[in-house]
Amino acid sequence: MTGAASLGPEGAVAPRRSNRAVRRFWSAVGVFAAALCSGIAASTLIVIIGYVITQGIAAINLPFFLEVPRPVGMTGGGVANGIVGSAIMVAIAALLATPVGVLTGIYLALFGRGAAAEGIRFLADVLSGVPSIAIGLFAYTVFVAPFKHFSALSASIAFAILMLPIIIRTAEEALRSLPSTIREGALALGMSLYSATVKVILPAARPAIVTGLLLAVARVTGETAPLLFTAFGSQFWELNPTNPMAELSLQVFTYAISPYDDWHRQAWAGALVLISVVFLINVFTRVALRTPTGR
Amino acid sequence: MAVRADLVEAPKTVLVMEELTAYYGKRMAIEGVNLAFPSKAITALIGPSGCGKTTLLRCLNRIHEAAGNGRVSGRVLLDGRDIYASEVNPVAVRRRIGMVFQRANPFPTMSIGEDVVSGLRYAGGVRSKARLREAAERVLRLAFLWDEVKDKLNHPGTSLSGGQQQRLCIARALATDPEVLLMDEATSALDPIATAQIEELMISLSGHYTIVAVSHNMQQAARVSTHTAFMLAGAERIGRLIEFGETNQVFTRPRERQTEDYITGRFG
Repeated sequence: MTGAASLGPEGAVAPRRSNRAVRRFWSAVGVFAAALCSGIAASTLIVIIGYVITQGIAAINLPFFLEVPRPVGMTGGGVANGIVGSAIMVAIAALLATPVGVLTGIYLALFGRGAAAEGIRFLADVLSGVPSIAIGLFAYTVFVAPFKHFSALSASIAFAILMLPIIIRTAEEALRSLPSTIREGALALGMSLYSATVKVILPAARPAIVTGLLLAVARVTGETAPLLFTAFGSQFWELNPTNPMAELSLQVFTYAISPYDDWHRQAWAGALVLISVVFLINVFTRVALRTPTGR
Repeated sequence: MAVRADLVEAPKTVLVMEELTAYYGKRMAIEGVNLAFPSKAITALIGPSGCGKTTLLRCLNRIHEAAGNGRVSGRVLLDGRDIYASEVNPVAVRRRIGMVFQRANPFPTMSIGEDVVSGLRYAGGVRSKARLREAAERVLRLAFLWDEVKDKLNHPGTSLSGGQQQRLCIARALATDPEVLLMDEATSALDPIATAQIEELMISLSGHYTIVAVSHNMQQAARVSTHTAFMLAGAERIGRLIEFGETNQVFTRPRERQTEDYITGRFG
């Protein structure tokens, strides 16, 4: 910017030595600033993960994964019910959100034209920006209050709503990024639009669609806000999704604001488990779902 | 100017275009083309870039309208029936008129053996494993590809070389037993050896199929085709048919001045 502005008409034709030195100086400053910011961004993540590991590792042991919480004052106990609860809620949410999201993505990428498609795309974008606590409140109003009963199912519905825009956009992008010759090749063989979509186009886009699904799962796995008024949490083994259920991030929240040191340690350990799960999902999507041709 | 349908030898399958005009949205791309494609022969469509020859080809199997805003008026008669008639399903049309594209497009998740019969299976509804395998061998032999791939039918189609991929796509198009084969600059992405193989294949197929081939390469058109259609777009960028005749006549004694100018390299 500075270098370009200092160039007069003559300077542009035959840059003088001093000009070049100035440009080199600012170029070096720019590169340094960019490198510094990248370093800050990366080190923040490393510091957070490192801190969670040092704080949480002490409380990680087998009972932590196998036992349910013990009453305050008794040492030991674990978050097994929360881990299982998280898995149940996220699994139900994925089952709810996947068909709706993928079909919407197919519609937007292959069929949708004009105002209707633009409207759906816009709504999906807006939905992805809605704070998760607002979605939690919505789930409370519609699926908890009428039944006068907290439930894991209502949390799953809130999760599903959070996952939808991610699944829709990644599915649409996955399908759009396929060359149009694939679709035309299938149609030119006399396949119906349905056969071409199901037998040729969707399989080709599958890895990218699954990546989107897993990223959506990773996104909601750490969510706490929508659970406050839906799943509510539980100190006991609870596997029935129509009842209140424990959830790992909710347990972390509850333990962290408690006054007990023992629970604080467990909160750190729970946070470590959450980060590890999200980390593993991201690593898996990068390594296992990489297409043979590369991307 | 155009070959009259009733004069074509052995007119088992006759493909005739009448007053065909094609649009992209509101923009006219080709206007008022009348053309009768000779049966069991190769017709080359030549002309400079942007003259509408690919659009014309894509109107013949109704794929023009499958991509967004394509629209057509006029008629295309296959055995005397208009493929644009309201009761005709474009999917059924495409089973009788196969197409090969400029770039080979093997389906990314299919093996060679699956890909080559994908049309037969998913468009033709053939389920029998034995029939599919039989068909795969038959068309891969037709495409001079069998010996090269018979031991790796379960390899992905995308693992083949460019020329092999294109022959796979030709074999795939033949598997549904079409009567007409459309080829859109099928060799333009290939090296000379692969090009020669495809040309040889086209000539060997021309006794059985009506082939319409777009080519930007005049030497190729002169080598492989029996008839040639020359198209040209004026300043308003609307393509029109300038001349159609036997290839020999078009290249040696063109009737139109514009054809002569193009063929002798004065433009294009």
